[in-house]
Amino acid sequence: MKKKLNRIYNILCVIFALVFIAAMLLTVNSLPSIGEPTNPTNNVVSEKYLTDASWETGSLNAVSGMILDYRAFDTLGESCVLFVATIAVFIMLRRDEDSNPNLPTQYLNQSYEDEDDIIFKKTLEFLFPVILCFGIYVIANGHLSPGGGFSGGAIIGAGFILYLNAYGLDKIERFANSKTYLACSVCALLFYGLAKSYVFYVGANHLHSIIPVFADGTIFASGLILPLNIAVGIVVSNTVYALYIMFRRGGFNK
Amino acid sequence: MVLIQNAVAWSVLILIVSGVACAALSGKVAKWVATFAVAVVGVMNIFLLKYFLDGGEYFRYSMGHYGAPVGNELRSGPLEAAMCVVFCFVMLLSIMGGRKHIEEDIKGKKQNLYYISAIFLLCSMIALVNTNDLFTAYVFIEINTITACGIILAKEGKTALAASTRYLIMSLVGSGMFLIGICIMYGATGHLLMEPIRDFVAGIDPSSREMIPVQVSIALFAVGMALKSALWPFHSWLPEAHSSATATSSALLSGLVLKAYIFLLVKVIYRVLGIKLLSQNPIFDVLLILGAGAMIMGSVNAIREKDLKRMLAYSSVGQIGYIYLGLGMGTLAGLSAAVIQILAHASTKAMLFIASGGIMDVSGGSKKFKDIEGAGKRDLFAGIAFIVGSLSMIGIPLFAGFATKYVIASAAIELAGVREWIAIIAIVVSAILTTIYYVNAVLILFGGKDNSKKPEGFKYSTEYIIAMVVFIVLNIAIGLNINNLIKLVELGFSMFA
Repeated sequence: MKKKLNRIYNILCVIFALVFIAAMLLTVNSLPSIGEPTNPTNNVVSEKYLTDASWETGSLNAVSGMILDYRAFDTLGESCVLFVATIAVFIMLRRDEDSNPNLPTQYLNQSYEDEDDIIFKKTLEFLFPVILCFGIYVIANGHLSPGGGFSGGAIIGAGFILYLNAYGLDKIERFANSKTYLACSVCALLFYGLAKSYVFYVGANHLHSIIPVFADGTIFASGLILPLNIAVGIVVSNTVYALYIMFRRGGFNK
Repeated sequence: MVLIQNAVAWSVLILIVSGVACAALSGKVAKWVATFAVAVVGVMNIFLLKYFLDGGEYFRYSMGHYGAPVGNELRSGPLEAAMCVVFCFVMLLSIMGGRKHIEEDIKGKKQNLYYISAIFLLCSMIALVNTNDLFTAYVFIEINTITACGIILAKEGKTALAASTRYLIMSLVGSGMFLIGICIMYGATGHLLMEPIRDFVAGIDPSSREMIPVQVSIALFAVGMALKSALWPFHSWLPEAHSSATATSSALLSGLVLKAYIFLLVKVIYRVLGIKLLSQNPIFDVLLILGAGAMIMGSVNAIREKDLKRMLAYSSVGQIGYIYLGLGMGTLAGLSAAVIQILAHASTKAMLFIASGGIMDVSGGSKKFKDIEGAGKRDLFAGIAFIVGSLSMIGIPLFAGFATKYVIASAAIELAGVREWIAIIAIVVSAILTTIYYVNAVLILFGGKDNSKKPEGFKYSTEYIIAMVVFIVLNIAIGLNINNLIKLVELGFSMFA
């Protein structure tokens, strides 16, 4: 009986999926085709982003201008998504030895990293600074060239994960431990939240903002976008690394 | 711009900043920061509501110097402000009433993480209520999904883990549908803001090919939100998730989280599609039928339960059905009934879940019917709150729930043909079934002999007593002011479009 029900259920699933696919194909077919100049998406909004972003926000990279100035509220929400995602993973995976002494510990301090992998270590000795510098470059030039906090942060986070795999937990926790994680994330997000609160307040009340925008193509051209990119970069790299360490051993060591 | 109008943005920003700050604080400090932040935001929204009641017009709040459509904006009116007030105070009372359980169920160092999740949950709901932009809505739906899983997970154990995994999967499918809907809508109209979309849609010939993407994306919004707000038959994740979490989480999930999504759907329906196009979209017939199904099936399942919190969870499925029945009617009266049900059910169900937490306390931590016999006599506050909540759910006059039953029945009579019959039969049958299981639960709580002695060492906490009393008073206050509530919702809808 149960088997029969299961089979009916499976068949219904397939039928539902086919109907859904057919509906989606029909919909996509009746959407305006991509790239036509008469499309409804080519309206004042996208035109304004392309023509005015460089002088209104000082950001030559229109995408950075959009996400950190025009639509900064969405990006603030997006950064909070990353933050609460790590918080949710902390709730699920973090092992608190003090409050829960019965946890098995034999796997905890086991080293998953190959301590004697000379090739990996030597390669990373050369690569790690390069990765970090590239990440910082991508973040700092986010408003002048393609890139920004999200992509640069992911690069730096990946660099940290590589470093952990090459040199082990003890070495990396000299600079990337729970304290620095917390300090960096909280400071970056607080700065982001407070700075943007000020901007939202003056913007909505039509006051004059004290944040200068030079729009001269230099690194300080775009007022808040550079510091915000750095804050986003810190949040993203912390998130990437914290998620990795949570799944690896259920928490920072120190 | 009047100073109080800033409250819309400040509510969200204060919650974000205090939530982030809680990460650096210990559980004990975080608890006070969270309580204080929620209270401040609640008071700010009361002043905002007062501004509207004194004759203030709805307004847009542009987030930054470049207003919409280039930038982001929020939009507030009486309805949104009332929703925020209810959300904040239900949140505050749930945290206060369930404090003891939070401290018992959640491991010491993780308590601040729980408060962070709770704060961000409220933050996302306020943003969802006030947003005027479909993409901003999606961003805060993400926050809502993740934090809701967080507060289920906080009570460790196998059931909570399984329940939250299931919830996460169902909820993500819902978010995915909503996102696809946004993409299609943007491709078809070129806008993300609600008013420009409505103007664009109004200009399309209803029988032309261009209407197909609009119809499909509205259907995707409706199905996505139905999945996330546990409309029958998509409710399979709800009973486990709501009953396995700690008392505060259950109250928040059942009372608020489901409602935030439904309010977003009301917004999309009313402001994007416009009330005129409503009856032309077949998805609303489906919502009407599913709503009626939910009202009956939720109650039938609740009658069969032998577990207090699972019974309440199934009752939520039934009560969500009332909201969708109202939405599915496709009339303004139906929408108002849905909104009134959101407010009434939010305040009542949160009270019932917090009361069930108190009942579990005096029954050795069990929520099975055989163990809680006579628990209402042992914990009188929980017992009385449960009676008040039950009367409200059944729809007795003088209690909050009566408002819904009254407006939804009057909205149903105005319908025509088969729709009227479906609505009326569902309302009558559901009322009978609801009465059966709530009366049964109350009889169990006050039944049995020689069981009125409190367990040793049991002490009421002051916060719990305050929360219970305020919940009861709030419920009766809403019940006594039904006319004002209906007027408020009418005022809200007049400024909603």
